[in-house]
Amino acid sequence: MTTITTAGLGGHAAGTSPAAGTSPATGTAPATHGDQAALDRPAGDPAALGLRENATFDRTTIAAIRHAAQTGLYDIRGGGAKRKLPHFDDLLFLGASMSRYPLEGYRERCDTDVVIGARHALQPIHLKTPVTIAGMSFGSLSGQAKEALGRGASEVGTSTTTGDGGMTEEERGHSQTLVYQYLPSRYGMNPKHLRMADAIEVVLGQGAKPGGGGMLLGQKITERVAAMRTLPIGIDQRSACRHPDWTGPDDLRIKIEELREITDWMKPIYVKIGASRPYYDVALAIKAGADAVVLDGMQGGTAATQDVFIEHVGIPTLAAIPQAVDALQEAGLHRQVQLIVSGGIRSGADVAKALALGADAVSIGTAALIALGDNDPALESEYRKLGSAAGYYDDWQAGQDPAGITTQDPELSKRLDPVAAGHRLANLLRVMTMEAQIIARACGKAHLLHLEPEDLVALTIEAAAMTRRPLAGTDWIPGAQGTPATSAVVGANA
Amino acid sequence: MNQALHRAAPGSAWEVAHPDGRHAIAVGLTEPISVRISGPVGYFAAGMNEQATVEIAGNAGVGVAENMMSGRVHVTGSASQSAGATAHGGLLVIDGDAAARCGISMKGVDIVVGGNVGHMSAFMAQAGALVVCGNAGDGLGDSIYEAHIYVQGNVGALGADCVEKQMRPEHLEELAGLLAAAGRSERPDQFRRYGSARQLYNFHVDNAFAY
Ligand SMILES: Cc1cc2nc3c(=O)[nH]c(=O)nc-3n(C[C@H](O)[C@H](O)[C@H](O)COP(=O)(O)O)c2cc1C
Repeated sequence: MTTITTAGLGGHAAGTSPAAGTSPATGTAPATHGDQAALDRPAGDPAALGLRENATFDRTTIAAIRHAAQTGLYDIRGGGAKRKLPHFDDLLFLGASMSRYPLEGYRERCDTDVVIGARHALQPIHLKTPVTIAGMSFGSLSGQAKEALGRGASEVGTSTTTGDGGMTEEERGHSQTLVYQYLPSRYGMNPKHLRMADAIEVVLGQGAKPGGGGMLLGQKITERVAAMRTLPIGIDQRSACRHPDWTGPDDLRIKIEELREITDWMKPIYVKIGASRPYYDVALAIKAGADAVVLDGMQGGTAATQDVFIEHVGIPTLAAIPQAVDALQEAGLHRQVQLIVSGGIRSGADVAKALALGADAVSIGTAALIALGDNDPALESEYRKLGSAAGYYDDWQAGQDPAGITTQDPELSKRLDPVAAGHRLANLLRVMTMEAQIIARACGKAHLLHLEPEDLVALTIEAAAMTRRPLAGTDWIPGAQGTPATSAVVGANA
Repeated sequence: MNQALHRAAPGSAWEVAHPDGRHAIAVGLTEPISVRISGPVGYFAAGMNEQATVEIAGNAGVGVAENMMSGRVHVTGSASQSAGATAHGGLLVIDGDAAARCGISMKGVDIVVGGNVGHMSAFMAQAGALVVCGNAGDGLGDSIYEAHIYVQGNVGALGADCVEKQMRPEHLEELAGLLAAAGRSERPDQFRRYGSARQLYNFHVDNAFAY
């Protein structure tokens, strides 16, 4: 449903651009038949001619208004928030210096293992790397993609997570450590799978849409997906946004107790929240008895959500982590109830920064799909046929993915080789882990979990205020009381 | 207690005395055993039941028999909200009333309620049958998929996309079977049937205010 016009891609596809023949830049008449060269010539950059794009009504906005007017439909798409947000890029590490010793790369150990769920579960989860795979439903993803995720994660000793739509053979069969999501829809939910899982994740929300339920459009409700979800084939499915049998923190405590009783207290129980009021949500999740909290910021991907939801509801991952850590520390349970952070994690630097801010692990969704082959430039011509382009493809709801990942079409799905794709994912996970180790060693840390806020400074005032780390080169933390700089200002005003 | 029931031998019979309204009693049973709970229970009693026969001699709290897969759960008193929520199979019998959201998101379970059901019952009900011998509150069957609803008494305002439907012979037969299985003496021809108009199955801008 997304209509990325060629104009939105920078105007270098003149052949199909609506502007190509009209020369808006000069205001001259459209090129005539005789002037084939002019027709073929790219329209060029209008700004070079002195035209100024309206920052409020930019081309994306104009396209959105036109689309709404022409179709009466709002935009549904995949992926996370596209707008620029304060993010991990706005933080830097302070490497070791006179006062701190670095560790010798390749000689001195920097461990990466993490244990999740030891608070109450008799069988906590042991991961070799803190980078896990986020919950992505079978239905939104092909069976091959689920298998590839399981293979890749198992190769490096980390976990994958099911999603809205139940557990598949592809994933359970190939994932050594599998987290089973317990969602409002309860599609395919059953006690057998609950016991086959290694951990249970009670989903309250997702960063892309805190307060929203899932969506799966008719193109993807094939016979198999429909049967797993007990739905008619081909309908546009809207999942519930609220759990059907409990609301609020007191009920959640009882729900968690029930899940523990059903599974004889073996499995760790996570609670996943979309970042909106993380301080309170985390405090309440802890009180309800969660073993771990999954915190997903607004950059977090989704398979299909209204664009207006993705872009305007929730807070950035960076803003959410310190508030969640506050709640954990105040409860005296930081590092005992694990915090798993997701939403826009792309590299080992992001991993290291999330851990330094207080996370125990991270999850990746979008980055994992890219590793499998999503938005591959080799598929450029196919993306163009769908009205998109490599690097822009976000119609994950539409089921026509040429990479065979976000589709239920058997022909398209077959294009994804789960073994090769799984191996690519394993490579990405290894690189992310090694990158995080490089940073940790530079900061003198023998374990990734030894990274701490004191290792970080902020590059922007926003990031400084959100993470309460000083702006680089200063000791200024906007909003903080009692730092030398603030007290100086207060003193001057007094 | 639940762990003992999980290890119980098929065919064995158990009694849970003095449940005192405790939560999560007799949850996650997997074997064909029979359990009698002599007194009122709290939330999620007999949750996720598979194969077992559970009788609750008293009232049940929120979410009784939630996500049941098979077997039979019988509440001799009344049940609180969300009875039989998301249940995939089996039979849930409630002799008294059921509160709001009875059969919410039901996925194949059959539910027979001797008294009334509260508002928003069978909300987003996907499959199975809800039989109400008394009255049903407002919003019955809102956004319903393929589940069948039978009500003998009055129905408040129907929910979005839920309509009254013709009672055909196969429905009378289904209803007669369910009433008999629940041990009830009502006559099937006294009931009316409700189900999905299937107008909301695919997005259409003209239905924007019904979603
Ligand atoms: C294709 C896709 C499907 C998803 N499905 C689910 C889901 O079923 N349940 C859920 O809790 N989150 C789901 N998510 C969100 C992810 O679990 C995760 O929160 C998010 O992808 C993390 O952000 P990132 O994509 O920036 O790494 C999905 C995300 C994607 C990209």
